[in-house]
Amino acid sequence: MARASSRAGIATAPLLAPAVLLLLLWMIVPLAMTLWFSFQRYNLLNPAVRGFAGFNNYRFLLRDPTLVPILVTTVVLVLAVLALTIGLGTVFAALFAREFRGRNIARLLMVTPFFVMPTVSALVWKNLFMHPVNGFFAAISRGLGLPVIDWFGAIPLLSVILIVAWEWLPFAFLIFLTALQSLDEEQIEAARLDGAGPIAIFFFIQLPHLGRAISVVVMMETIFLLGIFAEIYVTTAGGPGIATTNLPFLIYQRALLAFNVGGASAAGVIAIVLANVMAALLVRTIARRLDV
Amino acid sequence: MTFRRLLGLCASLTAFAMASPAWSATITIATVNNSDMIRMQQLSKEWEKETGNKINWVVLEENVLRQRVTTDITTKGGQFDILTIGSYETPIWGKQNWLVPLDDLPPSYDVKDIFPSVRQALSANGHLYAVPFYAESSFTFYRKDLFDKAGLKMPAQPKYEEVKTFADRLTDRAHEQYGICLRGKPGWGENMAYLTTLVNTFGGRWFDEHWNPQLDTPAWHAAISFYVDLMRRDGPPGANSNGFNENLALFSTGHCAMWIDATVAAGLLYDKSQSQVADKVAFTAAPIAKVPNGSHWFWAWALAIPSTSKNVAAAKSFLAWSTSKDYVALVGKTFGWTVVPPGTRASTYANPEYLKAAPFAEFVKQAILTADLEHPTAEKVPYTGIQYVAIPEFQAIGTQVGQLMAGALTGQMSVDEALKQAQASVKATMEQAGYIQ
Amino acid sequence: MKARLATLLAWVIALLNVFPLVWMALASFKTEVDAIHTPPLLFFHPTLENYQAIFALQDYTGYALNSVAISLGATLITVLIAIPAAFAMAFYPGPRTRDILLWMLSTKMLPAVGVLVPIYLLCRDAGLLDTRTALIIVYVLSNLPIAVWMLFTFFRETPRDIIEASRIDGASVGETILLVLLPLVLPGIASTALLLIILCWNEAFWSLNLTAHNAAPLTAFIASFSAPQGLFWARLSAASLLAIAPILVFGWLSQRQLVRGLTFGAVK
Repeated sequence: MARASSRAGIATAPLLAPAVLLLLLWMIVPLAMTLWFSFQRYNLLNPAVRGFAGFNNYRFLLRDPTLVPILVTTVVLVLAVLALTIGLGTVFAALFAREFRGRNIARLLMVTPFFVMPTVSALVWKNLFMHPVNGFFAAISRGLGLPVIDWFGAIPLLSVILIVAWEWLPFAFLIFLTALQSLDEEQIEAARLDGAGPIAIFFFIQLPHLGRAISVVVMMETIFLLGIFAEIYVTTAGGPGIATTNLPFLIYQRALLAFNVGGASAAGVIAIVLANVMAALLVRTIARRLDV
Repeated sequence: MTFRRLLGLCASLTAFAMASPAWSATITIATVNNSDMIRMQQLSKEWEKETGNKINWVVLEENVLRQRVTTDITTKGGQFDILTIGSYETPIWGKQNWLVPLDDLPPSYDVKDIFPSVRQALSANGHLYAVPFYAESSFTFYRKDLFDKAGLKMPAQPKYEEVKTFADRLTDRAHEQYGICLRGKPGWGENMAYLTTLVNTFGGRWFDEHWNPQLDTPAWHAAISFYVDLMRRDGPPGANSNGFNENLALFSTGHCAMWIDATVAAGLLYDKSQSQVADKVAFTAAPIAKVPNGSHWFWAWALAIPSTSKNVAAAKSFLAWSTSKDYVALVGKTFGWTVVPPGTRASTYANPEYLKAAPFAEFVKQAILTADLEHPTAEKVPYTGIQYVAIPEFQAIGTQVGQLMAGALTGQMSVDEALKQAQASVKATMEQAGYIQ
Repeated sequence: MKARLATLLAWVIALLNVFPLVWMALASFKTEVDAIHTPPLLFFHPTLENYQAIFALQDYTGYALNSVAISLGATLITVLIAIPAAFAMAFYPGPRTRDILLWMLSTKMLPAVGVLVPIYLLCRDAGLLDTRTALIIVYVLSNLPIAVWMLFTFFRETPRDIIEASRIDGASVGETILLVLLPLVLPGIASTALLLIILCWNEAFWSLNLTAHNAAPLTAFIASFSAPQGLFWARLSAASLLAIAPILVFGWLSQRQLVRGLTFGAVK
């Protein structure tokens, strides 16, 4: 690699500089302010009380018995949505990889949820579909004589997961579909002539071919899913109890409900640590598979 | 800054060149998307015509609005000239000098016409900091037809034990008819507004005289257990996501036999275009359990001017216009008297047209006048406010406790556990804020 | 027979997948009472009253224009900054290239809610509150990592020989990018830009918090209909449809380009 750049012999610094410097600023300025605030007693609603807080903000945060369950929820939300979008995405992509009548239009319908604002999706799902009295699902359950599901009461986290998975399924689907279309048609044809059914073809030919694509989906989705906020805000506001509170929502509660800038900054520092741990663990192993 | 000023200068020069009145300004108003405010937005064109000023409307749902204006005022962002805030924020912000005092309103405005209790709720240190747009208390809505059919009679002052009996009788799950609808959606202004009145009337309080939280006391246990038990037996499914709005929808589509909530819902439930039960709804006082104190709440949505506003004169002119007697008459004339902004002015309640159109008027007035912000609980407390505690930290405290109560409602945790956690978290917040050493 | 079954299955899945939006669109033409009716109404008298009410209350075009201006502006600047960086990393990788890329992506993981107060204070002091500029700056910075990454994966698949040949012929770096590389990677750039536009259009946290009126985009428009008093499903559905319609049409029209490029290097 090093040899390659010396052979080319151009100065890459000026090309990289704008992007790198901007992102450095974007990271360092808020980070520095967050770190600074995290050691301050600073509540916007109570400007009279200011001053150095030492490790107080961290002490209150780490002593909070809900912190661990909230971290678990954060990770569960990411993993569950990944599992759903990858599981369904690969199967649906395999289904769409062959030619069929109206495939372009059907594919368009598959992609559509990706264009919709998260707030709108959450509002539509919450009200028109998952409402336990007037919602569409409740009507279907009643029509079939089944008990009505109280979505955000009985299975709140799963409900949020389903909404987010619906939003991100198109992304996974598209990447898998593009990857499958690069697969050699003859290979599948040969397998078919050997008597392999569609299920065997999926597991032994198509799925192995999707390794890189799955890595990409895991990496890109993780980045966005760690920050899931709007869907929770609109549907459950983190509850009931703390059943759907993830780390961004906890920070929101501290920063914009309590206006406790000190406490929120301490939680923000934890989030930054978590992000970097995730980046180190997950993204790095995956990036290696993508031989960056 | 300078760039914006320059832009502003350009804008005003253009406006001047276009020969509009010399004293013309553009004001930005942040408001909540409640029906009364939406009507104000529609009628404000009259004021724009009269004065030559222009209004930029920022209409947001309640939670977003609250977060938005709080961010702006605490950081002195200066993006708004008029804020829609409640009786909770007004005294707190007034004390910080974040609002422009409104002591110099013209005589024609007739400040004395505003109910004294409402004026008091919007004042701090002897200054009026906001003018009320509408005010509300809480009472009990019920379905006359269902009560008659079941041979039940709603007393003028119901007890919670009676409410429980009624609810048990009137629940018919097979027909999606629920004996009682109550708030369950977490939030200090949602489930905790109702639950605080319930705790009050069960004899409980948020804090003792030294700001020690009292959430693990028998009164809280009794109140919350009663609520959870009642809602599980007779409440609608998904009650933990029902706030004012969701319950309004349920009641107006005929799913609830009783509903204890804001008096402002009366105007909406009597409106035939919005409500399928307009001719079947009746109302009575909010129930009491052990003590009468704080069994019904007080709230006012009010308009205030942040001290960062650069258009104070124009903003004041709009405040005075939109909360005046003339405005009330204008709404009555344009939209019908049933929906005029309630609860603020004695003159509204002296108007025969209003009394004729709004059968609930006298009841609402009594509820508002008897809501005592200074003595919200049976035992002494260091705070004011009935369904809230007028300290800056309460938004966070209330919402956090609200989440735990919703957890108890759905059965994710027991009432004991929820109250134990609530007590611990409130205590931590109060320690961090320096109330308890 | 099997093939026909698979086709049927694919269509059923596609229709189910988009059904929530269809149902929302239907609700937007119902009266409020019809919208909340149980059992749900499939047949009803369509009405335009929700749309009329919305247009009477809110300046839809103003919001929509802000959305367009902010999305396009932010995307253009992001792509302009990202192209040189991605070019350098793809064609002249150094020992630190990989770390830089991963570091860039990790900046995307910081939760925005945590830094709102600092950013709000900075915008206030710069006089940028309620300006399109503020949102454009924030979007450029938060989407830059994605753009660099996506472009990097495209550029890497472009044969190096062409670039080197052009350099040997004496073309400058700028000329090489503009005249040789750009035509080759245009599909990739187009699909990056499309993704960025979608991300900007749908962003709902910064847009709500940094704007009031003058710069407020459609996400703020939605917030004024999301939980009013009384029945609101029909009007909310209409407002939702109005808010997503432009990006939906745009997405449908450009879907072919988007699909072609949305690989992030997953296809070799």
